[in-house]
Amino acid sequence: MTTPGPLLSARGLHVTFPGRHGAPEARAVDGVELDIGAGEIVALVGESGCGKTTLARSLLGLVPPTGGSVSFAGKPLAYNSRALKAYRKRAQLVLQDPSGSLNPRHTVYEAVAEGLRIHGYGGDEQAAVAGALARAGLRPPERFFLRYPHELSGGQRQRVVIAGALVLEPELLVADEPVASLDASVRGEILALLLRLRTELGLSALVVTHDLGLAWNIADRVAVMYLGRIVETGTVEQVLTAPRHPYTQALLSVLPEAPGEPVVLTGEPPDPSRIPTGCRFHARCQVLASGEAEEAGVADACRTRDLEVLAGSGEGQVACHWARARVTT
Amino acid sequence: MTLLEVRDLTVTYPNGAAAVRGVDLSLDSGSKLGVAGESGCGKSTLALALLRLLPAGTEVGGEILLDGEDVLKMRWGQVRAVRWAGASIVFQGAMHSLNPVHRVGDQIAEPILLHGGAGAAAARKRTGELLEQVGLPTARARAYPHELSGGQRQRVMIAMALACDPKLVIADEPTTALDVMIQAQILRLIEQLVSEQELGLIMISHDLAVLADTCDRLAVMYAGRVVEEGPARAVYEDALHPYGKALSGAFPRIGDPASRFAPRGLPGDPPDPSDLPSGCTFHPRCPVALDGCEVEDQWLREGAPGRRAACVHVGAAVRSTT
Ligand SMILES: Nc1ncnc2c1ncn2[C@@H]1O[C@H](COP(=O)(O)OP(=O)(O)OP(=O)(O)O)[C@@H](O)[C@H]1O
Ligand SMILES: Nc1ncnc2c1ncn2[C@@H]1O[C@H](COP(=O)(O)OP(=O)(O)OP(=O)(O)O)[C@@H](O)[C@H]1O
Ligand code: SF4
Ligand code: SF4
Ligand SMILES: [Mg+2]
Ligand SMILES: [Mg+2]
Repeated sequence: MTTPGPLLSARGLHVTFPGRHGAPEARAVDGVELDIGAGEIVALVGESGCGKTTLARSLLGLVPPTGGSVSFAGKPLAYNSRALKAYRKRAQLVLQDPSGSLNPRHTVYEAVAEGLRIHGYGGDEQAAVAGALARAGLRPPERFFLRYPHELSGGQRQRVVIAGALVLEPELLVADEPVASLDASVRGEILALLLRLRTELGLSALVVTHDLGLAWNIADRVAVMYLGRIVETGTVEQVLTAPRHPYTQALLSVLPEAPGEPVVLTGEPPDPSRIPTGCRFHARCQVLASGEAEEAGVADACRTRDLEVLAGSGEGQVACHWARARVTT
Repeated sequence: MTLLEVRDLTVTYPNGAAAVRGVDLSLDSGSKLGVAGESGCGKSTLALALLRLLPAGTEVGGEILLDGEDVLKMRWGQVRAVRWAGASIVFQGAMHSLNPVHRVGDQIAEPILLHGGAGAAAARKRTGELLEQVGLPTARARAYPHELSGGQRQRVMIAMALACDPKLVIADEPTTALDVMIQAQILRLIEQLVSEQELGLIMISHDLAVLADTCDRLAVMYAGRVVEEGPARAVYEDALHPYGKALSGAFPRIGDPASRFAPRGLPGDPPDPSDLPSGCTFHPRCPVALDGCEVEDQWLREGAPGRRAACVHVGAAVRSTT
């Protein structure tokens, strides 16, 4: 029996932006391997500026990688406009701010039909739009056709954006902070929608967020990103209830519900144009600072030895000298 | 000591939107009150009303007693004094509205010069102290807003709010849109300032989990009213009002199997303040509404010692007139 390969797969992915005015270049994505299986929901988490959006955009072919490759359904992406257009039919982006991604002068109908028109859809346009709106929870869909964005609530607007992504019947959704601007009460409804789409349509999704609770709510797997790399990955249960990387531990510790003392990392989100040598987290690492890494005999490695890129497949992995030393001893 | 006492506050905007419809609140010095509720429920309107910052033509009723004096009856000169030395606001989204062409130090010093009656040298010294209090190096006074990160800008906003030693600070969504780690830094800073300076704090947020963690008491608003009020933890963990329950249920507890693959929200749309539902305004979305809820308005009543909620299911059944 052969297991089908992943739907989406990134290998050794790098996205580097040139530095302005002689500044060093910014390694926004600095070696990432990531697989997303058919029907799988993966959450990508990490603090602001760690490279989540850049990674998501490069997975969709919106930013060409400066190194490595992205494959979809077993084939590497081709970066010519025809191939990319065909790809975007199968893999759709849902953006953060629903007000920003809807044209205020377009009706709901036009917003959803736009994708169909771009791709020269030959079928019954009205039926396709109605179907997508209904699947996104806007029922009866006809009631929404002629409304403008300002006549909708925030949650309804996000549903329109999702309907616009669904209308082309994609296999993968990449959702960048899909609920960040919504009220908690509405957020739950939209997340439930994403889960239902997975069950009903077998849709795969990469959900980019800095909300770990969201990952707990809907994702199968989670990848924690720090300064351009995935530093810990595994099932949601593994990573969120028994985090191994000090960075993941810190992120979880500051949540309102968290047991124990919060580890509030000081300093600003780090700068991808100045990635430290050794472990990229070492300057802020609480385990190194407290002497625990020293006790485990890894402090030198922390400061000098970079960790290799984690494999993109499903199993739990961590890019930390200390966490690894703990397992082997 | 009671610092702030709000009685039956009502606010109606010129367009007829009844944004606040009879709110009672009370706050002691050194204590922290959280105000939660979904977008449009009237949180910011409430905050603006406390300092009489609402647009002209807005109708405001009730009493706002700050240190026993009614802000609504004060002359303008007095109101202006209160706005700096008595109470100050960290406005929602204000960290995006710092003046881009002025150094942040000058923006912090401005109210000190204007309202504190200090000279330039004293104002500069005070600015340095304030920056240190909010965890920024004094040298950052020379920075322009675009040179600061979101978290640093929010620290500047807090420094400005503290400039004239207010007794009450109102922080409207101080950590919304900030990263989890920066949010944790800002919340710690606020907590520390409140306890060191015996401030009274009103913190507004739609994030009930954050408020429950930071505040002593919690008020949950719906359609311009406080529908539940009590000790923060208790309200978050075991809300009495159906809306409070739905809101708190919408925050997943990591590790809790019950919320795994089970996001919970609240169906339906928030009410429109210029066209509110009859009776209990929550009835169109309420999972446990009774027949009478459509007609009978509900007011806060005691549900447990120190806890109140505005729902027919709470506390001793009230007399029914049907
Ligand atoms: N076009 C660009 N040119 C130069 N640098 C860029 C560009 N786009 C992003 N960057 C930098 O790359 C890094 C990663 O940015 P990215 O937007 O991917 O982060 P993010 O994790 O999505 O953050 P957030 O949570 O704030 O959305 C940041 O330091 C950013 O400043
Ligand atoms: N200047 C105004 N004129 C007319 N209506 C207004 C005005 N400001 C606010 N409103 C309305 O009053 C209601 C309460 O608004 P308010 O800003 O107080 O809500 P909020 O709870 O702070 O919401 P958010 O969480 O989105 O900040 C809303 O329905 C809003 O549309
Ligand atoms: S490798 Fe060392 S510095 Fe890096 S996270 Fe692990 S303990 Fe901390
Ligand atoms: S009074 Fe009725 S409608 Fe209102 S919250 Fe209680 S049960 Fe629901
Ligand atoms: Mg982003
Ligand atoms: Mg507000």
